[in-house]
Amino acid sequence: MSVTGLVSIFLAAILTNNFVLSKFLGICPFLGVSKKLDTAVGMSVAVIFVMTLATLVTWPIQTFILDPNGLGYLQTIVFILIIAALVQFVEIFLKKYVPSLYSALGIYLPLITTNCAVLGVTVLNIDEGYNFVESIVNTVGAGFGFMLAMAIFAGVRGRMETSDVPKFLQGLPIVLVAASIVACSFLGFQGLVDGLFN
Amino acid sequence: MAKKQKSLWEIFTAGFVKENPVLRLVIGTCPTLAVTTMAFNGVGMGLAATAVLICSNALISLLRNIIPDKIHIPVYITIIAAFVSILQMLVKAFVPALDSALGIFLPLIVVNCIILGRAESFAGKNPVLPSILDGIGMGLGFTIALTIMGSIREIIGAGTWFGMKVPLLSMLDPMLILILAPGGFFVFGILMACANKIAEKKGKEPAKLGCAGCPAAASCGQAEKGGCE
Repeated sequence: MSVTGLVSIFLAAILTNNFVLSKFLGICPFLGVSKKLDTAVGMSVAVIFVMTLATLVTWPIQTFILDPNGLGYLQTIVFILIIAALVQFVEIFLKKYVPSLYSALGIYLPLITTNCAVLGVTVLNIDEGYNFVESIVNTVGAGFGFMLAMAIFAGVRGRMETSDVPKFLQGLPIVLVAASIVACSFLGFQGLVDGLFN
Repeated sequence: MAKKQKSLWEIFTAGFVKENPVLRLVIGTCPTLAVTTMAFNGVGMGLAATAVLICSNALISLLRNIIPDKIHIPVYITIIAAFVSILQMLVKAFVPALDSALGIFLPLIVVNCIILGRAESFAGKNPVLPSILDGIGMGLGFTIALTIMGSIREIIGAGTWFGMKVPLLSMLDPMLILILAPGGFFVFGILMACANKIAEKKGKEPAKLGCAGCPAAASCGQAEKGGCE
């Protein structure tokens, strides 16, 4: 495991395999909470936080408890329970000890349990066969990729507020078409990581 | 949304068009976009989610008076995750092609908002038979939407339909972008615009991201403020 290997995992997670725009994970918050930049960033920070914690817990559990005992088939149920418990725990902890952070992130936390990006990244880390450090790097990269997509899209939606949208597309449809164009621009990163490091 | 007077038939058919989970309630969008590169995957994903939805709706409805209110979400998630694990093993054993096509989205049925959302807004409050019918109806509505989307993307993007060559189109170069990520968003947007147009003719509101199907609505307290914003 080299540093360049880690950097390429990180960049791939942000750009070429962007969670939202090429893997379609976490679409609900991407469409729901991206109207304003500050809420978009708030949600992303909460997602990065929970994703990283979830990986820190699920990877050792899969590697040291489930796999040696032949319990791999319990992966889905164990992982989702860990994530649900973690989110509850984070919520209670923040409420008690960091009320300022709680008031900023609090409303996003319940939404994160059912955010497929969180369960998705923990399962993908195992499927890809990453070791512990690679898993963490991949998770943080995926989280930042999510944030990048959210922030870019919040900007796009800001511009759309003032523009004249054809009646046929008003509302959600134009949001989806705009997302399609943003996704197009991310296609441009295909091959970037391979080209840089190999 | 389900009133007492609703007949079983109405509950059953609501999910097809009127309350179609994908195009009207806008839930379950991640698998909708991700797996619909081919019509076959759309059908497979739809039926897999339907199976889980029927089982979880039935069990949750049976247990609705026993589950303590305070911890009902974790209990629901556990029930759903158990059914998803069973389904995962069955699909791996009997339809390995579907398993590799759906990939990570098979375990992710656990966090499909449709299933937790229906548990929360229907099965937790209604008797077993209506809950099962609701599960079948919603599941089929999901399957229908996924199949339509998968067909459009496969026909235009690859020139085939369920793997068969479409006579005239396959002579042209297929528009590959429809199978890639941007095409997913685009086709979904156009489909939703069409659904809105039909809804408008019937005097209904256009689809919007609401709290109607969101499982977190009760705990998040944003519902009365008008959604996530």
